[in-house]
Amino acid sequence: MTFRAPKKGENYELSVDLNSEYREKRKDAIKRVIASMTVGKDVSGLFPDVLKNMQTEDLEQKKLVYLYLMNYAKTQPELVILAVNTFVKDSDDPNPLVRALAIRTMGVLRAEKIIDYLCDPLQKCLRDENPYVRKTAALCVAKLYDLKPELVVENGFLEHLHEMISDSNPMVVANTVAALTDIHIAATSQPSTSSSDHGIFPITTNILNKLLIALNECSEWGRVAVLNALSRYEALDEKESEHICERVVPQFQHANGSVVLAAVKVIMIHIRGVHREDLIKQLIRKMAPPLVTLLSSPPEVQWVALRNINLLLQKRSDILQNEMRVFFCKYNDPLYVKVEKLDIMVRLAGENNVDALLSELKEYSSEVDVDFVRKSIKAIGQTAIKIDVAAERCVNVLLELIDTRDIFRKYPSTYEGIIPTLCANLDELDEPEAKASLIWIIGEYASKIDNADELLGIFVDSFTEESYAVQLQTLTAVVKLFLKKPDSSQGIVQRVLNTATKDCDSPDVRDRAYIYWRLLSTDPGAAKSVVLATRPPITIPRTAVPPALLEELLGEISSLASVYHKPQETFVGRGKVSADSLQRKGTELSDERFSRQKALQTVAAGQQSENLLDFDDSPAAEGQPSGLAATEVYSHTSAAANLIAGTSTNPLDDLVSIFGNTAPTLAPAAAPAAAGASHDLFGGMDFGGSSGSGGLGSPLTAQPSGSQVTSPVSSQPQNTQEDLLGLF
Amino acid sequence: MISAFFIFNQKGEVLISRLYRTDFKRSIADVFRIQVVSNSDVRSPIITLGSTSFFHVRINNLYVVAVTKNNANAALVFEFCYRFINICKSYFGKIDEESIKNNFVLIYELIDEINDFGYPQNSEIDTLKTYITTESVVSSASVEDSSKITAQATGATNWRRGDVKYKKNEAFVDVVEVVNLSMSAKGTVLRADVDGHIQMRAYLSGTPECKFGLNDKLVIDRNDKGTVSDAVELDDCQFHQCVRLNDFDADRSISFIPPDGEFELMRYRATSNVKLPLRIMPTVTEIGTSKVSYDVTVKTNFHNKLSATGIVLKIPTPLNTTNVECQVANGKAKYVPGENVVVWKIARLQGGQECTFSATAHLTSTTTRQVWARPPIDVDFQVLMFTASGLIVRFLKVFEKSNYHSIKWVRYLTKASGSYQVRF
Repeated sequence: MTFRAPKKGENYELSVDLNSEYREKRKDAIKRVIASMTVGKDVSGLFPDVLKNMQTEDLEQKKLVYLYLMNYAKTQPELVILAVNTFVKDSDDPNPLVRALAIRTMGVLRAEKIIDYLCDPLQKCLRDENPYVRKTAALCVAKLYDLKPELVVENGFLEHLHEMISDSNPMVVANTVAALTDIHIAATSQPSTSSSDHGIFPITTNILNKLLIALNECSEWGRVAVLNALSRYEALDEKESEHICERVVPQFQHANGSVVLAAVKVIMIHIRGVHREDLIKQLIRKMAPPLVTLLSSPPEVQWVALRNINLLLQKRSDILQNEMRVFFCKYNDPLYVKVEKLDIMVRLAGENNVDALLSELKEYSSEVDVDFVRKSIKAIGQTAIKIDVAAERCVNVLLELIDTRDIFRKYPSTYEGIIPTLCANLDELDEPEAKASLIWIIGEYASKIDNADELLGIFVDSFTEESYAVQLQTLTAVVKLFLKKPDSSQGIVQRVLNTATKDCDSPDVRDRAYIYWRLLSTDPGAAKSVVLATRPPITIPRTAVPPALLEELLGEISSLASVYHKPQETFVGRGKVSADSLQRKGTELSDERFSRQKALQTVAAGQQSENLLDFDDSPAAEGQPSGLAATEVYSHTSAAANLIAGTSTNPLDDLVSIFGNTAPTLAPAAAPAAAGASHDLFGGMDFGGSSGSGGLGSPLTAQPSGSQVTSPVSSQPQNTQEDLLGLF
Repeated sequence: MISAFFIFNQKGEVLISRLYRTDFKRSIADVFRIQVVSNSDVRSPIITLGSTSFFHVRINNLYVVAVTKNNANAALVFEFCYRFINICKSYFGKIDEESIKNNFVLIYELIDEINDFGYPQNSEIDTLKTYITTESVVSSASVEDSSKITAQATGATNWRRGDVKYKKNEAFVDVVEVVNLSMSAKGTVLRADVDGHIQMRAYLSGTPECKFGLNDKLVIDRNDKGTVSDAVELDDCQFHQCVRLNDFDADRSISFIPPDGEFELMRYRATSNVKLPLRIMPTVTEIGTSKVSYDVTVKTNFHNKLSATGIVLKIPTPLNTTNVECQVANGKAKYVPGENVVVWKIARLQGGQECTFSATAHLTSTTTRQVWARPPIDVDFQVLMFTASGLIVRFLKVFEKSNYHSIKWVRYLTKASGSYQVRF
């Protein structure tokens, strides 16, 4: 021991105790070392002292020493070598628990020196008579591959693992499948040198049969691993697809939610190959009850399930047809669960259950959480747009809560009767989004509101004090008013254009004012056709996720990607992968990716053109920045909106929030404003996806151009999508 | 897969930290502390930053956190976190900062055993308890034991040892139903369903083969066609891993080799013909801006030989309530300002009876007139020997090589806690 800690302080005391002649004292000292390690104190200096205690009969003490080793082996590579002997000896111990422990620990020591000594014991343990040791050894191969892939290949461990799929013990099979899958994933993201086209772990028909047998016998976690492997299998013909589905269906009854979701995933993949209508129906029917049961799980699992149900409904809207009531929010559900339930309720809404839904939504809109209230009201609006016959009932509900303008757009001349109610509330608004909404309404129905010029005059007077959203909306509304009633409003339009171009410091507002001005002065007819253009009617899309992406996500049910409704490339870092390899992968996948990208672009383009048509309606969509910029803009506005929401002391807060939510212009900003669960996450992910180095501590540096192109593209339509959803 | 596992206390101090894989440094814990613990407005159980995702579950002021770096299986990660929580509860009786700190050595042992390289491993509590104990195990003395244990931990019936022996062979079956109710102000039932679970304590020798029968509508209807039966329609069933799912899928029979001791045999859900044990009839009127009057009647809705116990009604009051005058014929009522509720407790209420609560809440005048959101009245209670779904255990047959006689006990309990809500 050439270096020593100073002869005082905590570490010195520990060191003395670790060398004590009394067994109990030494063990106690080890526990204290582990405690210090946990809270982040540096106890690496005690390495030799701890190591001395490794040779022991006491299993608990051995585990503690191993735990210490796992943490510090990397920092003390010279000294780890001293431990090798004990490890090798332990891996030959008559006690299977000790053997397994040794092999489990050696695999994660991460010291170059020890790896070479790992191969022999591992070889032995893979053939151990005890299944507990074998299952541990199987995972150890994956650990070794993570450290030094060459060694795995050289020693023939891969072939060995393949043999172990036929092991008599289901637990060993499950871990073997997990290990092979792990290696397979690692290998496919590496530049491949030796492995074939199918990667390391292709699922063949032979393997399939073994997996199907193991499925019924292994532990819950093993089942998830096996089901995941099954989902990668490509069925040869229809009969095989049917067979797989029939064998997997019983798993729906498993108590573990992740097994249920994994089974759903396998079914959703292999149902593609099934053409018998009755079987498809039967499978879908069997899927509904377990999905509903997941709603009795803890809230976090519930949330994952809800996000996935949302996806499933986009693919098969008939799954939960008659189950809307189970999605009614409980008062004490966490917000993220409630928001998800809302979305699903709207998806499940139909003519037969719309009344129950509306009374429920009305109930929610009197709750405390502003964000939830907004979303509930938005949901009423969505219902009105979705179910034509219920629109009137929806409006009646909304009228009680006072609203809105999207419904106006779909049924332009039907609901003008409520305008006076809205105008009467003009003075009581103080939230910019709400104001902007109302101003839009006044502009749109300027010809029907007698005192429209008076009402707008109020806003023109206070023009410079209003927020930009209100300014933009005022500007447009006044121009509309002028086009509809040119005689009486010449003055006001002049005034607003003047103020907007001269006194306003927002370039957006100024530019728009200039455009209007020029339009009005050169060709009023053209102005009319632009400003007063009839807008395309809104319909609620059945899918919020582009179809190609939806298919991909359905194949990843219960994964993070399916929770976020985003392709995994947007948030999974390509840590240690070289740019080169990704390029390669890129070309491999280019066909598929290209088509998807194209699909995404079309969707984006379609929506953007719609937004452009709408430009007087939603200024935010007008110059929508893409990718990173978009996120930044959102986060700024959200901060501002947050401030407003937080400081608003108006007694009519509820009312204001009702209006606020219906302002489509700011909807995307409003959503993250109150840190709405999913939206916020999307925001965060956009950073990660498009900026590359934005993620904390994530070595995303090697992001090749290929994926850099895709991620903004794929995230942008998402944004527009959000935006579009916001409109409703 | 799970790359790291942490437990934080409420202040964000690390109580347990275990890196399963090599893609993170210990300092990743600081990121979680900054992003979640010290952030007052976290509205999602998963936070993704860059490519790192933090899954967290809050329980008793603790954060149980799993960190992943790939497109992880979210359901699996959360199920794993909850499994860990259940294991702790079973080992230490509770899970909180104190129990974690006092048992950290054992916890490290446990989390090493139930997860290897990020992949969850056998986490059957009964099996774990055979080889991870509070007393230290000496390795050489127990080679034979360990062989048995490991065989069990990986075996086809990894939940049961083969050599169990009892003098008296007994099995206890507890049917516990949790009723969820959401009733509108008008008294219509918006949603009523039952989450049931069947808890079993099996003290049976050898390797018993059990068959379990319920008055499941699908089974009864098939067997005796034409006869009118009081069968129950179960929407969905989920079983302990010992139950042969293929058998159930084929003919809805429930057959299994039970673990030794206590376990949850099955869970089920029923939504049709739910019998609501308690009816709550509230009349709440706001008198001007200074008073709210309450009139709440509770009525039991089951046979008069049975009784509901531990009834607790939480009746919400407006935020600006100063005091509440309560009058009750039965039990005790008390205003709890911290929660803005009046808590009315009734120790016991016989079937077919009713009792009433009337009160007046006095409000302070506030400058900003907030509309009162009127949260629902929440009711907790228990009713023994009653099932809201109408479920009955028809039989439990035990077959064993030695053909011993076994005694079976069945108990029913219906309860509500936090999910029986009546709006007003």
